[in-house]
Amino acid sequence: MNNSLLIVLIASGIAYGTPLLYASLGELLAERSGVLNLGVEGMMLVGAVMGFWTVQRVHTSAGIALTAAILVAALAGAVMASIHAFLVITLRASQIVSGLALTIFAGAAGLSSYLGNDLNLSDAPARHTFHAVFPASMQRWSVIGPIVFGQDILVYVSWACVIAIWLYLSRTRPGLNVRSVGESPAAADTMGINVTSYRYAHTLAGGAFAGVAGASITLAITPQWVNGITGGAGWIAIALVIFAFWRPELCLVGAYFFGALQALAPQLQARHISLGPTVLWTNALPYVMTIVVLVVVSSGTARSRLGAPAALGNAYAREER
Amino acid sequence: MNIRIKLALALALAGVVALVGALTSSASHRATPYKVAFIYVGPHNDGGWSQAHEQGRLYVQKALGSKVQTTYKENIAVGAQFAQTVQSLVAQGYKLIFATSYGYLTKAFVAKYPDVLFEQATGTDQTKNLAEYFGRAEDTVFLSGMAAGAASKTGKIGYVVPFPIPEVIRHANAFALGAQLMHPGATVSLVWTNSWFDPAKEKKAAQSLVTAGADVVGQNVDSPAAGQYSESAKIPWVGYDSDAKKFAPKSWLTASVYNWGPYYLKRVKAAMNDTWKTGFYYGTIKDGFTKLAPYGPGVTAATKAKIAAYQRKLVNGSFYEFQGPLYDQSGKLRVKKGVKMDILTGGTNSLYGMNWLVKGVIGSAKG
Repeated sequence: MNNSLLIVLIASGIAYGTPLLYASLGELLAERSGVLNLGVEGMMLVGAVMGFWTVQRVHTSAGIALTAAILVAALAGAVMASIHAFLVITLRASQIVSGLALTIFAGAAGLSSYLGNDLNLSDAPARHTFHAVFPASMQRWSVIGPIVFGQDILVYVSWACVIAIWLYLSRTRPGLNVRSVGESPAAADTMGINVTSYRYAHTLAGGAFAGVAGASITLAITPQWVNGITGGAGWIAIALVIFAFWRPELCLVGAYFFGALQALAPQLQARHISLGPTVLWTNALPYVMTIVVLVVVSSGTARSRLGAPAALGNAYAREER
Repeated sequence: MNIRIKLALALALAGVVALVGALTSSASHRATPYKVAFIYVGPHNDGGWSQAHEQGRLYVQKALGSKVQTTYKENIAVGAQFAQTVQSLVAQGYKLIFATSYGYLTKAFVAKYPDVLFEQATGTDQTKNLAEYFGRAEDTVFLSGMAAGAASKTGKIGYVVPFPIPEVIRHANAFALGAQLMHPGATVSLVWTNSWFDPAKEKKAAQSLVTAGADVVGQNVDSPAAGQYSESAKIPWVGYDSDAKKFAPKSWLTASVYNWGPYYLKRVKAAMNDTWKTGFYYGTIKDGFTKLAPYGPGVTAATKAKIAAYQRKLVNGSFYEFQGPLYDQSGKLRVKKGVKMDILTGGTNSLYGMNWLVKGVIGSAKG
């Protein structure tokens, strides 16, 4: 029962979707404040390498080491995001160019790769990893065992984050302010909202989430460090935000859908279900879906109808029109 | 300008000229090291295939010291990236290039660099400046399959495989034959990742195999991710091409591993002495080219003894896993009784042409 295809797909969709969820929640925060950050992949990789480094080098109990690793990864992601924030908010550079530059600078052929080599992190498993929290007996419960109780702490924390961000954006005064900064920074400015600090704060928070997303890969899913270990997850996360109409609860649905999609190809093979050449399934499907989503929502009218922040991608300068 | 300053300038200029002259002449007197490059398909520290080659490079560098200068280029994809890499290596004066993955080199490509010597792992094309090398990993993969078969209770074994090419197909077949020797009727289910090195896909493949019922996992891919998953799922694991026990200390059974160093050293020395000739090297257990990695805790003494006995038979030639009768997946007799498969001749019944899976392997030979 618990090993049936559907249950396994849902359970592994949640596990593999969790890095996507963290990254897309972060990107959602930044975009809701009007800052598009295409540097997610780069920020994730730096978070992944620094989180892994922390676990390898901080010799304490597993709990402390892993907590420290998540904090370091969040910090590393935020530091990366601060580069983007400075360039696009203070210097008002093109958000698209700056974000791409960030991914190139920090990504698989850049800073994260340098750090991984320089800190000599390859060729060793993580000393501590995130395990399923609940006892094995509960994980054996039918259906909800593997899906609900078979996950690690990062999954449960991500659920709390979804609820917190949803409440924050829809029920609180600062959340309303963020949305107004993203929709109409001039109007928000007139209302006395500090556009610059809101955008900085949410871009940095977005980076922190991306860093945690990266660390969730190197400390939970594949607990080792290799160059480019995120394998394009950052790009999928950016597409997910659009796919989710800039709403955190739909980010969760989308992330788990993409996670399940990644698990689908090997599952079908292992169960001897043939659906054409596997190269199509294993390599292309998540990216094909990403492209489809991006094409669908790339027209301006579709975007505004889907709920894109009106000022997304535009720098704000007071008294400029 | 003051005459004294002019004089000082002239003297300084003369000094610089003299210095440059001295430096260049001393450089030409010093023997320039012979430059050898290695090109890897994955990271040099992938914990698998490329790392084994990297150890070979370090072996050469250590043995020859300052007489050689070696370098490596990692994560090089087959195609344009490879071509550019070779071009820049040749421009930097590299004279011997080891291309360590399938599909890197063609006859037409090496013809463009007649003054450079190329060697390619796992291929077949030979020209006067292109040699091929590989080894009978199928023998040691067979032995590692024996360990997997002995460790399996249900006889359902999973095998994570990269690309549907003859090299991988013969390894999967050898693995299955080994497993069936220890566990008659055992099946080996394949999951293709379509990548030599992709930890995320390898982990997902292993997880899929285990949730679909496999109680032992083996692999022909390069990262230890399947092993890390097996360790967490408490399932025995057979690695491939590097000793990756530290990634899964409890699950680790063994792995077929390569020792490229001695071959590299021999070839580099030959190239330095101008005695290098093209060729097709196919190393064996006897050569020390392939062997089994040290066993993990899950391999019993009885299994070790039986594997040792078959290893002796493989070395003295009284046993060969690809000797008929061999049946394919549909049960059709493919290799007649007593016929030994050759490396290159025999079409699809040769080691380098095999495109069919033996009986008991579940999955498609087309990926």
